[in-house]
Amino acid sequence: MRFGREQEIDHLYRRAGFGASQEEVEAYTSLSFASYAASVARLLNYSEIPDDVDSFIGRPGYVGVTGRSGSGFQPANNILDARQRWLFRMVHTKRPLQEKMALFWHNHFATAYSKINGEIGDGGFATRMLAAKPDEEASRTKGQIELFREHALGNFRTLLIEVAKDPAMLVWLDGRTNVRARPQENFARELMELFTLGVGRFEETDVYAGARVFTGWNLSLANRNTAQARYEFFYNTAQHDTTAKEFSFPIYADGRRTIPARSAGEGIQDGIDLIDAVARHPDTGPRLARKLYAYFLNEVDAPDESFIDALARTYYSSGYEIAPMVRMLLLSPQFKDPSSYYKRYSWPVEFVVRSLKEVGWNGFSVNSALSPLINMGQQLFEPPDVNGWELGPGWFSSGGMLARMNFAALLATNQRFNLRDQSRGNVDSPESLVSYMLDRLTPPEFAGDAYSALLDYARAGGAWTGSDTQLAAKSSGLAHLIAGSGDYQLV
Amino acid sequence: MAMNRRDFVRGGVAAFTVGFAAPSFLTDIARAQGRSRRNLVVLYLSGGNDGLSTLVPYRDQQYFARRPNLAIPASNVLQIGSDSAGNALGLNPRLADLRTIFNAGRLAVIQRTGYPNSSRSHFQGTDIWSTADPSAPQGVGWLGRYLDRMPAPVDPLTAWSTVRETPRTLLARTVGVASIPSVAEYAFASPNTGADAQAARQSATRIASHVPVDQPHLAFVNSTAQAAFATLDRVAQVASYAPTVAYPNNGFGQALQMVAGAITRGVGTSIYWVQTGGYDTHAGQNTNVANGSYNTLMTTLNGGLFAFYRDLLNQGLLSDTLVLQFSEFGRRISENGSNGTDHGAASMMMVMGGGVRGGIYGTAPNLSANGNPTLENSNQDIRFETDFRSVYARVLDNWMGSDSSAILGGDFRNGPNFI
Repeated sequence: MRFGREQEIDHLYRRAGFGASQEEVEAYTSLSFASYAASVARLLNYSEIPDDVDSFIGRPGYVGVTGRSGSGFQPANNILDARQRWLFRMVHTKRPLQEKMALFWHNHFATAYSKINGEIGDGGFATRMLAAKPDEEASRTKGQIELFREHALGNFRTLLIEVAKDPAMLVWLDGRTNVRARPQENFARELMELFTLGVGRFEETDVYAGARVFTGWNLSLANRNTAQARYEFFYNTAQHDTTAKEFSFPIYADGRRTIPARSAGEGIQDGIDLIDAVARHPDTGPRLARKLYAYFLNEVDAPDESFIDALARTYYSSGYEIAPMVRMLLLSPQFKDPSSYYKRYSWPVEFVVRSLKEVGWNGFSVNSALSPLINMGQQLFEPPDVNGWELGPGWFSSGGMLARMNFAALLATNQRFNLRDQSRGNVDSPESLVSYMLDRLTPPEFAGDAYSALLDYARAGGAWTGSDTQLAAKSSGLAHLIAGSGDYQLV
Repeated sequence: MAMNRRDFVRGGVAAFTVGFAAPSFLTDIARAQGRSRRNLVVLYLSGGNDGLSTLVPYRDQQYFARRPNLAIPASNVLQIGSDSAGNALGLNPRLADLRTIFNAGRLAVIQRTGYPNSSRSHFQGTDIWSTADPSAPQGVGWLGRYLDRMPAPVDPLTAWSTVRETPRTLLARTVGVASIPSVAEYAFASPNTGADAQAARQSATRIASHVPVDQPHLAFVNSTAQAAFATLDRVAQVASYAPTVAYPNNGFGQALQMVAGAITRGVGTSIYWVQTGGYDTHAGQNTNVANGSYNTLMTTLNGGLFAFYRDLLNQGLLSDTLVLQFSEFGRRISENGSNGTDHGAASMMMVMGGGVRGGIYGTAPNLSANGNPTLENSNQDIRFETDFRSVYARVLDNWMGSDSSAILGGDFRNGPNFI
């Protein structure tokens, strides 16, 4: 068992990141990050830390990636490689909170590769629109995930505007086909229902008006038929509905509910006005507050409503900034209270990345995690629908839990010799091996028969000799049992 | 705000854990119960199926007027006759094998199913169809309530979801649902072999049996692991199933092959959940384009269901099986500017099986854009005629041998008599 300082750091990094490796725990608990507040500040102020994690892909000492035969590793053009790169980043980033928020936004603005690829076809467009970095290939496409990284802790209103113009979103929710004669409702509906206000907080007429607001927010294809070909947001004046649009809720700070008729040239302001309105709407702040509270602090116990109110007030008073909300969460007494430990159900990618950081990664390729993640119910860049994944208990079912147990077995098998070498010299009995593995994997306390079950397993098969064979078998067996336990799924 | 799964676990898991006893005991129960006699396969078309493209009123001029690009010409539809009001109807051209089943009297199509003030939200709509409670679509599902009424302890393989998550329809308060998308993946792996692997499985089973009442979240997660251990060996029997026909090699076809295997092997399951997606056809529905997206959907539906039908027929199990299809809403009558249709209201349901009285139930709407009582939302949407709960009630009473009034919280026994 870990105690005090280490336990607090483990908790912080499970929540604000994806867990901490042995090395990281030692670094984070060393004098240079003496206080808890300093650790939180370092997580929040990640822009001071170089974003160089991708340069370590393929280097010894890091988790592996696997390229395709013939084409190699192409994270900007092949969705499987894009998934691998994101997992690599989650394991090794020195800016864990940025990746954690990028994952949050990926679920909040859930956009799936398969539809985009189906709608605009081959040529790698879909992968680039979701996952490319602008400086890495000829078209200079900025993928949606880069948007989420850039605005990870930024301004929510700004993010909404960027998302409304994001090419992947314009395909995903059909904005590219939203034209004056036939308004397309998909984006306007989800903007209100899922991205901001919430279901039941607006009228059907708002959807119809919202669809007209975004008429002409379409896509164009630049540099067609060249290596630089790229889809771009295009405000099509000829397709914008210039008439007034009336809503059931205030659009302007003075309470006016109607977006006035505007010339086609100025009509793009309609969309900005509606985004302003939904960012300012009294339901948006509390809704984001609840989602962030569940993501960072506790999704088991009902939240303290006064705390949700305080988070929402911070959202409005800061002008829709996300960083102050997350800072408030991480520094709150509720967050630090041990009763909040292990009160979240880990998402499958959180589980996989944490397992890698705690069990080990040397000699493992994240490519081997892609199929298990499908079985656990989370494929990156492939949320099931625009509502995102079914979180919390929704991740768990007999099949999903079995997939987690089996990933733990796969990883433990892969790491058996690393585990053997690292436990050698640290253990001299089944009891000490169990303690060593529990300390390493940081699950909640194994009590009563659950602990006895681990110990009985460690003792099974003959007397303790401490031989290499026995250490390899039992350390990997325990890693499997602990990482595959129900307890370990809680973070 | 709708209560979510989280609230449900908070309120209900203490009772839930009671349903779990020692896995060996549950296996014994399943064995004692023997092969279940009747199966219900719930088929969910996710995204909101455009019923007017599945079941086409091909003589209605308004249909062609309001869907200049999407209307399927009379010459292409697969005619199946007329409804009781005399509206001529035809199946989508890609449903040729479903017409064969229809002609065999084993397929019922029910027009204009829905409920008042239909939700146009995917998520709220799905919750309403799942809970059968339009006013409070929260908590357990309608079949979850059926499961909760079974005498405890209930075998954890009684209901089998072929998708990863437990759909709300099956969500119960005291009964766990097995989620088994792939039989091959549903096995216990271990880093070691032989006696050590056996010891690992024993130990893992013990760890999973830890269901602390003061930690309902951990009890819930462990209960899913327990359900896995209690069902592993029986599910493994399905892996070797050799179907009598070739199923399409897509997710839907493979899921149905697995269900047929489980039915044939008699693993003890009585309710299956199967779903297939892509029905949110806002854009590019392209019913009249060879590779249009709606045609692909219909091809998938047709191929999977027909293989399942023939396989069960060959196995002599068709009369034990009922397939009940639904979707969360229908779509707008007029096409939009993207060769698609937006979220609407009433849609259609299908019921297939050996016990089904096949035919056309309900009547088609009048699609005239002038005010008429079969339309709502300023004549943009199809108004429901048959309350979907009356379809559920018929299944509960006449197929499951249950009490629909108790499960649905009201008397809905006035529905179409398709079984």
